[in-house]
Amino acid sequence: MFEIGLSHYMTVSAILFTLGILGIFLNRKNVIIIMMSVELMLLAVNINLVAFSADLGDMVGQVFTMFVLTVAAAEAAIGLAILVVYFRNRGSIAVEDVNMMKG
Amino acid sequence: MIQALTFYVFAFFTVVSGALVISARNPVHSVLFLILAFFSSAGLFVLMGAEFLAMILVVVYVGAVAVLFLFVVMMLDINFVELRQGFLQYLPAGVMIGLVLLVELVVIVAGHAMAPEAGTTVAQPIPPVDEISNTQALGELFYTHYIYLFQAAGLILLVAMIGAIVLTHRKRDGVRKQRISDQINRRAEDSVEVVKVETGKGI
Repeated sequence: MFEIGLSHYMTVSAILFTLGILGIFLNRKNVIIIMMSVELMLLAVNINLVAFSADLGDMVGQVFTMFVLTVAAAEAAIGLAILVVYFRNRGSIAVEDVNMMKG
Repeated sequence: MIQALTFYVFAFFTVVSGALVISARNPVHSVLFLILAFFSSAGLFVLMGAEFLAMILVVVYVGAVAVLFLFVVMMLDINFVELRQGFLQYLPAGVMIGLVLLVELVVIVAGHAMAPEAGTTVAQPIPPVDEISNTQALGELFYTHYIYLFQAAGLILLVAMIGAIVLTHRKRDGVRKQRISDQINRRAEDSVEVVKVETGKGI
């Protein structure tokens, strides 16, 4: 209980990942919340990577976390840009209308 | 003891603010809880000895990504009440799938066992903290073994930046902009006319 180990961090990460998936399910219409849920899931993955890095004494986990952070930041920027363009064209951000974009 | 207490405080705030991100009525509150979640997990990172990543999480995530979210939420004029419809409709299925996933993950966490040689075959062992700090150790890896990946990460950020600018940039009618090439190409004979004026008459 008072000895904090790998499984404690893995549990936190598992709960956070589940919350991210739950957020995608519950907020089916709101793209912004869906993107925030994706960020939560990536955060859970990062916690897992750093926990294993600390547990095994391997630096590579932290290196990989850095790359995940980079990709997540790029994804957020592009996603929000697409969202702004979509809102400009449609006047709403309802995701179920996005299928009108298919050819 | 103090480590356990700190862990539980940070873990509690991470999980609770994660839950509030997906359930808050107002998206602005969601973004603020997302910031709290990032902050608390930065505390967890410090506990695990990854100070540099913790600072990156605070600076890049709280300082840039979350503020970008906040900016977009406030910039777009969206009827959020309308978007929340269906929340209760999806609640039972979502909670069920979430519970199943959580139980599966916890079973894995509780039942996992490390291979005996796992701790002995590390690729890049963490140097002792009293000699080399976490930031220096990470930097020594990034600029030597992982230099190409590091450059590729920079390229990803560059592409994301250009992509975001190209996507959101638009030409608007009725906006006068300075066109430098037109200004340079302008000649005196195009714009100035010498008129002979007869004496005693106007133009």
